[in-house]
Amino acid sequence: MTGYLRNVALFSLMGLALALTGMFQSWVLALTILNMSLISAMMALGVNMQWGYAGIFNVGIMGFTAFGGLAAVLIAMPPVPEAWAAGGVGAILGLMLGAGTIFAAILVWNRLPPGKLRVVALIATLVVGYMITRFVFAPATAAIVRVNPATEGYLGGLGLPVILSWPVGAIMAAGLAWVVGKIALGLRSDYLAIATLGISEIVIAVLKFEAWLTRGVNNVVGIPRAVPRPVTLQQYEWVQGLSQRLGLGLSETARLVELTGYAIMFAIVLGALIWLSEKALNSPWGRMMRAIRDNETAARAMGKDVTRRHLMVFILGSGVCGLAGAMMVTLDGQLTPGSYEPLRFTFLIWVMVIVGGSGNNWGAVLGAFIIWFLWVQAEPAGRWMMDTLTSGLSADSPIRQHLMAQAAHTRLIMMGLALLLMLRFAPRGLIPER
Amino acid sequence: MMEPINAFVVLSNFVLIPALAYGSQIALGALGITLIFGILRFAHFAHGDIMAFGTGIVILTTWGLQAQGIGFGPLPTALLALPVGIAVTILYLLAVDRTVYRFYRRVKAKPMIFVMAALGVMFVTNGITRLIMGPGERRFDDGERFIITVRDFREWTGLAEGLALRSSQVLTIVVALLAMVLLFWFLNRTRAGKSMRAYSDNEDLALLSGINPERVVVITWAITGTLVVLAGTLYGLDKSYRPFTYFQLLLPFFAAAIVGGLGNPMGAIVGGYVVAFAEMGITYAWRRVVSYLMPEGMEPTGLMQILPVDYKFAVTFGILVIVLIFRPTGIFRGRTL
Repeated sequence: MTGYLRNVALFSLMGLALALTGMFQSWVLALTILNMSLISAMMALGVNMQWGYAGIFNVGIMGFTAFGGLAAVLIAMPPVPEAWAAGGVGAILGLMLGAGTIFAAILVWNRLPPGKLRVVALIATLVVGYMITRFVFAPATAAIVRVNPATEGYLGGLGLPVILSWPVGAIMAAGLAWVVGKIALGLRSDYLAIATLGISEIVIAVLKFEAWLTRGVNNVVGIPRAVPRPVTLQQYEWVQGLSQRLGLGLSETARLVELTGYAIMFAIVLGALIWLSEKALNSPWGRMMRAIRDNETAARAMGKDVTRRHLMVFILGSGVCGLAGAMMVTLDGQLTPGSYEPLRFTFLIWVMVIVGGSGNNWGAVLGAFIIWFLWVQAEPAGRWMMDTLTSGLSADSPIRQHLMAQAAHTRLIMMGLALLLMLRFAPRGLIPER
Repeated sequence: MMEPINAFVVLSNFVLIPALAYGSQIALGALGITLIFGILRFAHFAHGDIMAFGTGIVILTTWGLQAQGIGFGPLPTALLALPVGIAVTILYLLAVDRTVYRFYRRVKAKPMIFVMAALGVMFVTNGITRLIMGPGERRFDDGERFIITVRDFREWTGLAEGLALRSSQVLTIVVALLAMVLLFWFLNRTRAGKSMRAYSDNEDLALLSGINPERVVVITWAITGTLVVLAGTLYGLDKSYRPFTYFQLLLPFFAAAIVGGLGNPMGAIVGGYVVAFAEMGITYAWRRVVSYLMPEGMEPTGLMQILPVDYKFAVTFGILVIVLIFRPTGIFRGRTL
């Protein structure tokens, strides 16, 4: 039971760190960190399913997260009728034609006997299909983008409650994972890594440049909220009462109430995910996954379909990342394709899993909390460190000014060191796999 | 009968020459990836960031030289700064190897553990680079910008289309060719090079015949460091320097190395050009070239562009997938140096 007590102690320490942040910095900051930690924990759970359970090395988390985030736009934003009238049918038809082309190409490849004819037929199918698709698709999307370009210029969404986007985001990311997995699973692990890295860059490119769908680099802002905005909350009597009892300003109280609302929702989803993951890990299915991870050949000899199981866990893990992505966009209230960076959205999640303990769900969650906390707090810490280090230089020294301006980047060095030190001295993580 | 010549000039100006330069830059980077894979047997994810780091040192040295009023005539000053950048990068790589990778070699860790460690190195290197250089774009090219300008070309040849030959492009191709020739000479003719090939081919046999593995590893890092700083400096002169762009070059590097067959230097070079030509060719608007070749009145109306430039990663990735599906070991089979 000492292990159990140790884990409780670790989580309590984390809670204490957040409480201290609240007391000495601000409660808004503490809650902001908490919310993002909860979301990061979900991503870490997703990665842990793939790496910890099954040994799949996926460095395309960013792509699945961003793709899931797209769901928030597609579900919650009001539709733009003018854009639909201008090119909605063409865009949808074009997408279907594109999918049909790929389907036809696969059919050609599988049905025809091997030989030169098959290659020629494949290329012909792709070229003709591409030209037809382009003919329908390009004018339609161009027309959509021209509709009120300053505020709209895209198809909009379905105008449904934003909460619905969470499961939809998970399903979208899972669907993407199915396609990627079909192509790339079964490759050697480092090839799979490159393939997933490539996919994630392509997803970001699609979000950035398919303006008819996402407004591209103009960002979609003002996505309907899941919790009322602080402005609305301020008018409620109980919020006003709470403000007086806490002795805080009304606007700060409203902000705190909003953030707490999100935290509760995220915590419920995260709790459910942990419960499901733990159940799965300790079921015959989980034991089979670990058996495959530890010795693929032996598992194959026992009659386990390794490729299918890998595909399944890859889809599950990516789906969880998509869910987290949709929740993140909900929290931010905007989709900003330009803000997705692999270091932050892929590799940082990996640091979380390794530091926390791969193969252990609680470890992944703890790792997410610790690393996200450090990531946020490293900025003031880095600035303070730079200030101390360069205190010998005069305040207007160009070197000092430059280093102070770039001090935030020390967080990257800290994260790298955390990863390297854990990997070397505690490779099983803070909460090791049982 | 000037039409085909004009078409060819346009094609050279916008696709052939830029792709040749870009392909040389990718090939230099991919050579490093392939060497590390052949000797140390892991996928070096920190490659892009090491390149950003080394090029950053070159840029700082260049600025220092420029401030002293030292130039290199018509050639960019960065060439004078190269040795400094290469030396610092090699020292950095060797320090990283001592502190990080050597331990995992000793315990014979799985390749994936090496990759994780490389991710850690990637973070640290990225942080250092951004701390020194900042995340923004930096320019450091000087010297003569053009060898042939569009106007000169038009005047000389009397053609309707012009051809610009930038000095950075010629420099890239010449330097890359030189580096490749030297590398192959080293691998095939010298004792150290042969021991590297032997080690890559069969580790145990090489150990048995008295090859010192640590020495092989040091040489590998030294060559990789040299190649990657060359690639980064040439890319920066040709286009521009930004740490994040350099990180993203990881994808074409790996694609080139895998397309050619991981562990095979010749493959990395060919792969580099395949990736570059495909990227440029598929994202280029072919209208002007085609309208010269088509008979009068049949000029295309559209841009004749297969994919927008924004999707150049998709092209790289597409090649990668095609090769992985149809020929998983790459164009040149096998994984020996």
